[in-house]
Order: sequence, then C-alpha cells, then structure tokens
Amino acid sequence: MAIFLTKDSRVLVQGMTGAEGTRHTARMLAAGTDVVAGVTPGKGGRSVDFGERTVPVFGSVAEAVAETGADVSVVFVPPRFTGGAVEEAVAAGVPLCVVITEGVPVHDAVRFRALANGRTRIIGPNCPGLISPGQSSAGIIPADITSAGRIGLVSKSGTLTYQLMYELRDLGFSTCVGIGGDPVVGTTHIDCLKAFQEDPGTDAIVMIGEIGGDAEERAAAYIAEHVTKPVVAYVAGFTAPEGKTMGHAGAIVSGSSGTAQAKKEALEAVGVRVGKTPSETARLMRGLL
Amino acid sequence: MDLYEYQAKELFGRHGIPVPAGKVAATPAEAREIAAELNAPVVIKAQVKTGGRGKAGGIRPAAGPVSAEQEAARVLGMDIKGHLARRVLVEAATVPFEEYYAAFLVDRAEGGFLAMVSGQGGMEIEELAATDPDAIVKLPIDPVTGVDADTARLLAAKAGLPEQAADALERLWKVLVAEDALLVEVNPLICTTDQRIVALDGKVTLDDNAYFRHAWEYAERTDSLEDRARAKGLNYVKLDGTVGIIGNGAGLVMSTLDVVAGAGAAPANFLDIGGGASAQVMADGLEIILADPDVRSVLVNVFGGITACDAVANGIVTALQLLGERGHGRPIVVRLDGNNAEVGRRILSEARHPAVRQVSTMDGAAETAARLAAGA
Repeated sequence: MAIFLTKDSRVLVQGMTGAEGTRHTARMLAAGTDVVAGVTPGKGGRSVDFGERTVPVFGSVAEAVAETGADVSVVFVPPRFTGGAVEEAVAAGVPLCVVITEGVPVHDAVRFRALANGRTRIIGPNCPGLISPGQSSAGIIPADITSAGRIGLVSKSGTLTYQLMYELRDLGFSTCVGIGGDPVVGTTHIDCLKAFQEDPGTDAIVMIGEIGGDAEERAAAYIAEHVTKPVVAYVAGFTAPEGKTMGHAGAIVSGSSGTAQAKKEALEAVGVRVGKTPSETARLMRGLL
Repeated sequence: MDLYEYQAKELFGRHGIPVPAGKVAATPAEAREIAAELNAPVVIKAQVKTGGRGKAGGIRPAAGPVSAEQEAARVLGMDIKGHLARRVLVEAATVPFEEYYAAFLVDRAEGGFLAMVSGQGGMEIEELAATDPDAIVKLPIDPVTGVDADTARLLAAKAGLPEQAADALERLWKVLVAEDALLVEVNPLICTTDQRIVALDGKVTLDDNAYFRHAWEYAERTDSLEDRARAKGLNYVKLDGTVGIIGNGAGLVMSTLDVVAGAGAAPANFLDIGGGASAQVMADGLEIILADPDVRSVLVNVFGGITACDAVANGIVTALQLLGERGHGRPIVVRLDGNNAEVGRRILSEARHPAVRQVSTMDGAAETAARLAAGA
C-alpha cells in the first residue's frame, strides 16, 4: 500500500510538451508510472512518443480526464501560468494535483488552495512531488535511489528527501512526499502524517522540516494526539540568521518565530526522536525498526 | 521583500489611504528643504527595516526647517539594531487622538488570508498578542470574495474602531491584493482630534515570486557578494564564518550549514546551486565563495538525485579549470553521494586537482572542512 499515489493512479502531465515536462514524463514512465495524457493548450490532437509508450496530448484537462480517466495531474508549467493551470485541474475535478513549479506567487497558491476546497488534494507548489517506489511517481523524485518498503516520508525539502531515501534504501519506502518549501502549500505535514497513520502499508514515519512558519510545531501537536506509529524527524536551518530567506521562499526566521530549535523542542516534547544530521536521523529510524 | 516606511506610505497614498504629507531625504539639507515646503512642525523618522526606531532615538520632532536639518543630521547614519539609517522620512507632525492597529496578511498555517485589527495600536503586535490577545480581532478572509465594504465595517465595529476607519481597511485590503503583498500593516492607524483617519506608519512585505506582474523598482543594488550572486542567478546568503558552502537544494544546504556548525566551525555562507549543477554554475558558485576573504576552506556537498554524480564531478573539474589559478589557494572538500557516486568520485580522483579532497559522507566532509578552516 501507499498514500495518495498507487500503481493504479492514472497520471496526466500539464505542460508535458515543454522541455522539463518531456524530460520528467520520460522519467516517470521509466519509474513505472501510468502516464495517460499530456495537456498543453492549443496542442490538442498531437502525441508524444516516449519509446515504449506514445502519450496523447489534449488541449484541456477536462478533455484529457474525459478521454483517459486520469486522476492525478502533475503541473510543469511556468510560474505565470501555474495558477490558471491548477485552477483548470481543480475545475475538471482531478482528485490529486501535484505542482512542481517553483516561483508561484503566494496569492495564486492561496487562491487555488481555496478553490480546491477539499475536492482536489494539491501537493506543492515548489515541490519535488511524490513517489510510491515500485508503483508510481508523480513529479521529479528520482526512482532509482531507493526501493519499495514500509517507511513513509514527508518533507519540505527535495534534496533532503533524496538523502534520506538513499540512506534507508535497503529498508525502502511506502510513499515519499515532498510537500514543498513555499509559505503556502496545498498539503501539510499533518495531512501526510494522518494518511501514513491510516495506511496499512506504512510502519514508521520520517518527517523532515525546516525553518519558517509553525508547521512542525503543529505536526508535533498532531502526533501527540493521533499518531501511534513511530516517527523520527530532522529539522534543517539551526544556523540560519534572522530575516534571511534560505533558498526556499518559506524558509525564513522572523524574530523568535520559525526557529529550528523551537521545532526540535516541540517534536522532542511529544516523544519524537530528532536527528542532528540526516545520517543520524537514518540511524534513529533503523533503531526503531 | 520588505519595503521602507516611505515606500509603504507611497503605496498607501496611491490606493487612497490618508497618510501625513511628507517626503524622504538622504541629507540634512534635503530634510531642511522638505520641512520648509511643508511649512509646519515635522517629524524626522529613520528609514530602517526593523522595529523599535522610537526607543533607539530614530524618530525626532522638529519645530521648523532649522531644527529639521539638525535632527536629520543626528538620525542619518544611525545604526538601529544593525540597520543603517541611510534616509529619513520628513513628514508633517500629526497628533493622534486614538491609535489602532490594522493588518492583512498571508496566514501560512491556514494557507489563506487573515485580517488582524485592534482598537489598541502603537505597541508591537507581538507584545499586544502576549499581554492582551482578546484585544486583537482576527478574521479569515476568503481569497475569492475578499474584503468588501460590509466586511470592512464589520471588522471596524468588532475591533472598536470608528465607522470612518472602515474605508481605510477596505483600501488596505486592496493594497494587499493589487500589490501581491504578503503583509500590509498600519501601526498605528490613528484618528485625529478632528476625526480624520491617518496611517501614521506602514509596513509592507511584497512577494518576490510576483515580480513578473509588477513594475516594482525597489531593489537596492550594491556591490555586495549577495547581489553579485543574484546577478548570476545564484541563491547566496553571506554569513559570518570561515567555511564556504555549496550544495544542491535549499534543504540540503541548510542542513550542511548545521552539520558544519556541529563540527565546530562557522559556515561562511548559504549557496544553493539547484538541480543540474552544470560546470558553469559550479564555477560561478565557487568564484563567489572564493571572493569572500573570510573563507578558509570550501565544502561542496552534492547529492546526485536527478543529476548523476558523474555529471556533477565533471562539472567540478571543468569549474576548477575555468577558475584557473583563482581556485587553488584554499582547500575544497567534496562530498558526492547518490546516483553514480562511485563514478563521480573516480572522475575527481583521476583529475588530481591539488586543492580537492574527497570525503564520502556528509558528516565526515563537514568535519574535514571544519578542520581545514581551523588551519589544522
């Protein structure tokens, strides 16, 4: 089992005919993903040959869904068009929309999050997507650095996700979700913790956080109340100075809020083991299993 | 990006929110001219992007042009919590009868917008939230329907603001929307003795991601390493230490800084070269880092995810060739892991660059870089 994405997921790619879209569609197919459609306005009726599979291109998400039964959309369109593309996927009733694009204005994210209103799960923006190893991949997470297994992983950061997937590749993962580093994202740590707790295919959870906001503190409160599976965590950004954005738009310490120390303390207070480095975090997980 | 008070007030003025008459000055003589034009008692306000200006002596009254010049001379160049006052706002002194607080902002936790209004203004909102949380009215705002006249009236009424403040609230919301702001805050919003509503201070944070749909010209270009890096499309933040750091991905780089600190050294910078890590980007990154005279060793920490490590290793080798002699002075510790790590490490070994040392784990690489920076 897995969360949000399984071998039965039927994936469409918005922006598939662009350079990034084409490159990552090929990778998703290689990872076993059932990519059934591409969507590019004005390019309906064409198709793209990926060797083993030729994927049809539609002019709208609604057409693609009607023709192929797609139930996941992965968005690779540039920032200025991302808001519109996600709203189109939401209007077409796609249950899961994964927004890879970096640099999406926060107002656009707030708006499509509100329009989705529980009917469409949005992951991202500014995220690497999610992968259920051996089953399906929606986004840009490399498939060949890990294996299928029973650990669930949720992270704001792409490369730290890859690092932990690699360190624990012998144990393997049910699903790894990169929720994105922007101030406003569609799916939170808590949403993933809840899904992992309910997933019979997941035995333990790795949670990776970073400075900014209070999502980790909220996750800690949620874990205390609702999560019985073992959780280990890692928090990045202890040395980040106040008021400087550390790469991710949301990674900023403002005054005393959003510090890594506060997040670590909140997690430890509810019994979550927090690693000092990614490698130590991997060791803590080994110790639990 | 945070705006200065005078920039925020210019925006407010454009959107019809009343602000005191005034202009910004960079010299005492300019302050004198502005005070003469205003022909009224003025206030000289240090323009710094931090709170607590008043307590630090950065806000001074002046009765006329001569004292405006004197006071501006005292405020200009002042260091307020590490922020240098390069300019002062000279504006007509406006006496509050009552002070309020009003803000609209992005609520990260809920992924929406939030209104925060209080009948008690003037003090820092964090302080008010700690001492009297009930005095702040918080209302989630529907991003699709926004704040109309009725919502604004409701907000004013609930927070105990006079009815005429509703118009300013509605306009403040329009600033947030029209300018793609993450925060618009007026503290204090005041009512004068003659019942006028005036924004006496202003704080606006714009969304850097929304540059493409605005004609903003707020960026201050300097010759700092941060601006030079930005011009090359690199994400660089200068820090105080001696270990230069390059990595791919914001999370991994933040983590690398922490691991270096844990190894007993202080990181000199944050530098994320993103995915791909082409030779040119690697060379640009190394060049920026080696331009920092405080750097005594460099740690390149790359995890090959999408990009395989052999491509990254070739990038490093080519980058060192591009840099030539400039790259030789200080040791460069490289940790490559992930996709094709073995091949990548072999490419680096065979290149036999005198400055490069390889360590296969992140923790080990951080320790080596820390030791080299300490001169051991």
